Amino acid sequence: MASKIIPIKNLTPATHSAEAEVARQLQICNACRYCEGFCAVFPAMTRRLEFGHADVHYLANLCHNCGACLHACQYAPPHEFAVNVPKAMATVRAKTYQDFAWPTALGGLYKKNGLTLAVALAVGLGLFLLLASVLHSGASSASLNGNFYSVFPHNLMVSMFAPVFLFVALALGIGVTRFWRMSPPGPITPTAASEAACDAARLKYLDGGHGEGCHNEDDAHTLWRRRFHHFTFYGFLLCFAATSVATIYHYALGWVAPYAYSSVPKLLGIAGGIGLIVGPVGLFWLNLRRHPEHGDSAQRPMDRGFIALLFLVSATGLVLMLFKQTGALPTLLSIHLGAVMALFLTMPYGKFAHGFYRVAALLKYAIERRQPSNLQLKGD
Amino acid sequence: MVFDVLVVGGGNAALCAALMAREAGASVLMLEAAPREWRGGNSMHTRNLRCMHDAPQDVLTDTYSEEEFWQDLLKVTGGQTNEALARLTIRHSGTCRDWMRKHGVHFQPSLSGTLHLSRTNAFFMGGGKALVNAYYRSAELLGVQIRYNAPADRIELDGDRFLAAHIGNERIVAKTCVLASGGFESNREWLREAWGQNDAGEWPADNFLIRGTRFNQGVLLKDMMNAGADMIGDPSQSHCVAIDARAPLYDGGIVTRIDCVSLGIVVNKNAERFYDEGEDFWPKRYAIWGRLVAQQPGQIGYSIIDAKAIGRFMPPVFPGTQADTLEALAGKLGLDAEKFTSTVRAFNAACQPGAFDHTTLDNCVTSGLTPAKTHWARPIDTPPYYGYAVRPGVTFTYLGLKTDENAAVHFGGKPSSNLFVAGEMMAGNVLGKGYTAGVGMSIGTAFGRIAGTSAARTVQQLERVGG
Repeated sequence: MASKIIPIKNLTPATHSAEAEVARQLQICNACRYCEGFCAVFPAMTRRLEFGHADVHYLANLCHNCGACLHACQYAPPHEFAVNVPKAMATVRAKTYQDFAWPTALGGLYKKNGLTLAVALAVGLGLFLLLASVLHSGASSASLNGNFYSVFPHNLMVSMFAPVFLFVALALGIGVTRFWRMSPPGPITPTAASEAACDAARLKYLDGGHGEGCHNEDDAHTLWRRRFHHFTFYGFLLCFAATSVATIYHYALGWVAPYAYSSVPKLLGIAGGIGLIVGPVGLFWLNLRRHPEHGDSAQRPMDRGFIALLFLVSATGLVLMLFKQTGALPTLLSIHLGAVMALFLTMPYGKFAHGFYRVAALLKYAIERRQPSNLQLKGD
Repeated sequence: MVFDVLVVGGGNAALCAALMAREAGASVLMLEAAPREWRGGNSMHTRNLRCMHDAPQDVLTDTYSEEEFWQDLLKVTGGQTNEALARLTIRHSGTCRDWMRKHGVHFQPSLSGTLHLSRTNAFFMGGGKALVNAYYRSAELLGVQIRYNAPADRIELDGDRFLAAHIGNERIVAKTCVLASGGFESNREWLREAWGQNDAGEWPADNFLIRGTRFNQGVLLKDMMNAGADMIGDPSQSHCVAIDARAPLYDGGIVTRIDCVSLGIVVNKNAERFYDEGEDFWPKRYAIWGRLVAQQPGQIGYSIIDAKAIGRFMPPVFPGTQADTLEALAGKLGLDAEKFTSTVRAFNAACQPGAFDHTTLDNCVTSGLTPAKTHWARPIDTPPYYGYAVRPGVTFTYLGLKTDENAAVHFGGKPSSNLFVAGEMMAGNVLGKGYTAGVGMSIGTAFGRIAGTSAARTVQQLERVGG
């Protein structure tokens, strides 16, 4: 072939801050808009002409990293515009989790998430194993009789977990409040709130905009990411519900554990535990096969660490339930409580936080999309 | 193995041909010149399909009859169209979308900023690259063989019968062939030759940017021309719009368009206006501005607006050159400041009071100014001022192979028995001039599907004769 093909030169070099890179890419997207049907990010983008710090953090958390806009993008690498919205957004999300964390000094833990998880786990396990050995050296399985409280007294567990739980709630609450106050969209209406709740509960934005699903390893659609996330999320909620019901039983009704297999806390816990095994295993498997250009690959070890910790919590919980009548009870219980403690300790500074910021972004979108646009583009 | 159908090309028309032929039972090999990551030709930059419909459909509002579509086509082509093939395309556009959905294409309502197309055009969710991806996935699943980095450079014929395609020294034999390898708009030497030299001694095409793929080099178009195939369309004509001068040489696509022309003025490099910026709505005028700019010295223009225009047009991909005074803006754009300010002053002084409304053909006009601005003329007086340098951007060329309702390539007025053509390579039969949104995809889809069907049918006939 005679005619030469002129090589590509880089006209818009990637800028350095994560936020500036998102702003650069969205300037290109806003002139294109082909991806408007995929999710909420692009309709939210078209309400803006410029992308400041607050806009970028809002849009980054509205992005569910489904990958649709990357595979559909005429400007994706190797195009010199180098548009990869899921990746740019993921990089900013990591900064959201750090910058809005409370106390601010602990935000940096997200950056060293692998180390944070490892230390938290070591602390949790060490703490409970040590306690068990101090409290129960030489105790027989018969004397324990499958009762957790004979290993760790109820009040001891409450005094350890209640403060941690309250701290987690406070830290996440302050972080999300800071995020919200960065640029509040206006009053929260019931319709907006219920829409945001539905979008979050259904993981609407992992459906691809057409219901066939998002992407994992290539440009084909899959619903499995959504399904495994549902297993994980609802599994976690069921476990949480099991604990809550048990708390009511204990304090309000005076019914003290252990409960029968047919009891409400047990049934909720078993269902939740199974969900929390199936979900993380599926997500881990998908994560290993994920397209290398989806999201920020530097964060994959953190994602996998978090998934593995969730799996550890549910797996140790179910093993504990099955073998609580044996002499392994103190060890199994210590491992399980250690994993749970590690999960709680790292919640505000790890992947867990994504759910809270994402729900806040969905709520903001549900509010602002009901407001008139202040742009008057021709043709509209 | 000798394939039943060889499809040369890798865009929408080629994929439609390959899918139809495969569905009809033929074995199919596709040759895409580009590597996988650049596959799809200009189709990856498209966004919709112009569709006739007699009642509101999923993503299409109201109705758009065959007759109205035909009248629109007649108007934009100035009669340079083949009515039978045009009507075939139009009718096809009304029925092809279920088939497209079956192969994974999703549709969505018109995008924000394109409400004027909600009645006539069905938008692809995610745009043309999503469509191309879906077709490739479907083709792979159905067993179409696909080769990337496979630029066919010669077609071997026996009279008017296809024998083989060549890629360098490789010879690929097949029973039938569909040519769908695009126009020649990325071939800069050919564009230079077609546009020639102007009175100032410039080669205008040297300053053109190509909005689409770099792989439409027109190699097979030239090869078929040399082989004596019947041609259609004027080689010196191309669809040419004014785009941001900073756009990349290839594949700038949709984002490089500049939509603020009608909200301000456009000057050339001598800081003079040269055409009525407010002649009609921008979607109806953007396609003439490529040629207008191509006729200016240095093939460059500068679209100038003030702060009043911000938020009233689709945001451009690159930020505009911005300044607080007209003198400073001229300096930044490299224009003669004195000349520029006097042009703007003269324009401002000529603007008559009126009720500005950029959604209607309003009554804001200039008086006593040449060239006049006949709508949306408002003084450029509110800083900051913005300037966008624009250059001609070529979308596609009109030269193609003459064809018929079976998509056959013709030699001396007679159809070939086993060589067919689809897409940009024959679009000139229907669209000899001009353009209207989405019609390229209507033609590519219709004739891609027809060519694939014709090729598969030919294979069946050969088998019957042979068996």
